[in-house]
Amino acid sequence: MQQIENQHLLWRAAFGPVMDNFSQFKEITPAQLYAQLKKNTLQKPIPFEIAQNMYDGLIKGIQDLGQKQQLEQNQKMQMRKQSIDGIKNLNLSWLDTMVNSTDQLREKMSFFWHGHFACRVINIYFQQELLNIIRENALGHFGDLLRAVSKSPAMLSFLNNQQNKKQHPNENFAREVMELFTMGRGNYSEEDVKEGARAFTGWGFDMQGNFQERAYFHDNGKKTFLQHTGNFTGDDILDIILEQPATALFITRKIFRFFVNDQADEEIIQSLARDFYNSHYDIQQLMDAIFESNWFYEEKNRGTKIKSPIELIVGIRRLLPMELQTPNSQLVFQRALGQVLFYPPNVSGWPGGNSWIDSSTLMVRLRLPQIMAMSDSYSIQPKNDDDVMMGMEQERPPKTLQYFQANINWDPLYRNFEPIHREEIYDMLKGFLIQTPSAMNEFTIERFTNQDSKEKYLKSLMVQLMSTPEYQLC
Amino acid sequence: MFIKRRNFLQLGSLATASLMMPKFLKAVEIPGAVPPGNKVLVVLQFSGGNDGLNTIIPMRNDLYYKARPKLGIKKENALTLTDECGIHPALPILKSLYDEGQVGIMNSVGYPNPDRSHFRSMDIWQSASDPTQYLNTGWIGRYLDAQCNGCDKPTQAIEIDDILSLALKGDLQKGIALEDPQRLFNNSNEKFFNEITDAHAHASPPVDYLYKTLSDTLSSAAYIFKESKTHPTTQLYPATPLGKDFKTIASLIMSDINTKIYYVSLGSFDTHVNQVNQQTRLFTELNNALEAFIKDLKMNHRFEDVVLMTFSEFGRRVAQNASGGTDHGTANNMIFISGGLKQKGLLNNLPDLSDLEEGDLKYSVDFKNVYATFLNKWLAADDTKILGKKYERMNFI
Repeated sequence: MQQIENQHLLWRAAFGPVMDNFSQFKEITPAQLYAQLKKNTLQKPIPFEIAQNMYDGLIKGIQDLGQKQQLEQNQKMQMRKQSIDGIKNLNLSWLDTMVNSTDQLREKMSFFWHGHFACRVINIYFQQELLNIIRENALGHFGDLLRAVSKSPAMLSFLNNQQNKKQHPNENFAREVMELFTMGRGNYSEEDVKEGARAFTGWGFDMQGNFQERAYFHDNGKKTFLQHTGNFTGDDILDIILEQPATALFITRKIFRFFVNDQADEEIIQSLARDFYNSHYDIQQLMDAIFESNWFYEEKNRGTKIKSPIELIVGIRRLLPMELQTPNSQLVFQRALGQVLFYPPNVSGWPGGNSWIDSSTLMVRLRLPQIMAMSDSYSIQPKNDDDVMMGMEQERPPKTLQYFQANINWDPLYRNFEPIHREEIYDMLKGFLIQTPSAMNEFTIERFTNQDSKEKYLKSLMVQLMSTPEYQLC
Repeated sequence: MFIKRRNFLQLGSLATASLMMPKFLKAVEIPGAVPPGNKVLVVLQFSGGNDGLNTIIPMRNDLYYKARPKLGIKKENALTLTDECGIHPALPILKSLYDEGQVGIMNSVGYPNPDRSHFRSMDIWQSASDPTQYLNTGWIGRYLDAQCNGCDKPTQAIEIDDILSLALKGDLQKGIALEDPQRLFNNSNEKFFNEITDAHAHASPPVDYLYKTLSDTLSSAAYIFKESKTHPTTQLYPATPLGKDFKTIASLIMSDINTKIYYVSLGSFDTHVNQVNQQTRLFTELNNALEAFIKDLKMNHRFEDVVLMTFSEFGRRVAQNASGGTDHGTANNMIFISGGLKQKGLLNNLPDLSDLEEGDLKYSVDFKNVYATFLNKWLAADDTKILGKKYERMNFI
């Protein structure tokens, strides 16, 4: 019981267990395990610095956005290519961090906010800065996070606030802040969107990517926003939004559905949201209330969530420590499975749940452990992303088999199962890998294992168990 | 909820019956193995934003040549369709089909407040959402939801690709993506997958959902593969990716499969630079693949029951840019090709180049009207339910 609860905690508050947890889980309670996760959040996160020469880069970034006409087409493409490569590196570095960091709760929380504050701009400097903002504030106060994200050049450019000027208001930013980042639909009127947009006029950034309130674009007139009237600035609007209990409720519900269960339990959510609101949006406190509760560990909340592609890939890498020879394969897997970091489908993020699954993604998911653990070949050719390519791709490259190559360290598996008797291995390993109470047929699985030696058996059993529909759930 | 494997075996019953039929009976059936009236829609997506103005060329319009001194296609090079317009010189097959009355061209199709991001605009076209709305399902996916809820043949919509597009994802049902029926079959037909599917008994809803999808995939892969071999096409297709895709589609259209919609993409039409070569290359690939495909359909008497529809996420700006290309624009034309069109030729006026919005074409037809027309009149589906709103239907089919 304790073991499955510990695993449950690690799949939700972290990116899943590592092999050595297998032996530790019997001696530790979920409360102790959570206390450990919490302790690891105390160190400040190390910001990503993939993009070299930030200053120079930001200038390029701004030019990319604002002064396109002055640049030659091939210069633009060159810069864009630089950004695309940078974002790829950022993607792979963050994946590595998710796999290896001891500060799992922070990275998992950041992954949640990465989907919540979904932003699709092809500018490595902006993306890197936004990620660093999110990781720094992931467990702090939601108000600080919201404000920092709203003032980031990434979000301001993605939601067109650079173009939001007194003479020509652009409502996109104001609308999405309310609809997707804070209150959700039904808690404001179209009039509030218009008035809010007026307050955000002038919000932008300078050549260095510093936030700026450009007074000459700002509408100084009176605005009426959610029953308040005044000469509001963008900051005032964010304050008023944070005063709305609807904001606490919206964020809490989304967190509940991400970390606990796709099926919202409204009674629990209401109570959590009240405390969240009263704590001035203390995220850490909210997460404590979830992971230290009894209901979180109830059977109805375990093994019911379909792992997102990132959780699946990172989870496999945590269980099977590997030295990647072909790290870029992970980008292909992300594309094939429908979740590429830094490329959310739109500003509402990845819908999650059953939407991860169709016949193609399911077949890739079921083959992924085989590909990753056995360095198998695969042939997947994702469609071009025209926003990324900008017409650079000339022809479809011929379809070829690709190989995933990695050196896997199987020792932790062998070591932890050293004391386990042969006839107990199936149940123990299944109990460690599968979170859902499924009547998986032992004899069917066993028939596909290699029984030549204990090590071969362990290896093959592990891969077979991970190649099942049950393993998709956590 | 969970459907046991043996039930799926019934999937192939239709095909099996036709295979077991005495040879002399079968021979009578051919040509036209499939009863006429089984309507099929082929959606051809031009990815990247095709330049509609250099596809259907307003060759008598000075404004066109003024905006495109270098890029404009000269009147003598365009293949004449009407007094007013011609078609891109790399598309002679469309010119001849046009002359035979088998092409309809809808101009100025778009939506309000157009988005210039490829991804977002494609999202809007594929989900058929309002520009301020974010839907997680596509219009064909919702057609499957409405049409195929609880049905035992989840093969009503097939995309020829490795990865399924949003357009084919419904809430409950999803289309199937395949690059090649044989490869899908080989990939899925693994003993391990078959056996765990067979061994699965009822469990929790998410587990059942995954097993149902797996089981659907395995049976559909077998069904599609089998069907694709029942009437192997004798037509020669060009050895291009699109040629291969059309050949796959044709082999399924000639079979007894229940597929109503095929979805295939060509690209990238994102011609910021060096547009002439890029667009010509893609149109040549299209022209040759289409020529074989239409010939195949005609030979098998299926051209009346098949419509091919093209679309792109946006058109391009009216004016050329400084790099021999065009940048992202707005409204665009859609082309319909079929032997069963009720209206043909130009279905509405050519875009008005004197009435632009900041250098872009204004839309006059919402693309959702076109979807509504296909859903209702061609596929006999509840378009209002699928699109969430009643859109006026058109009369071209």
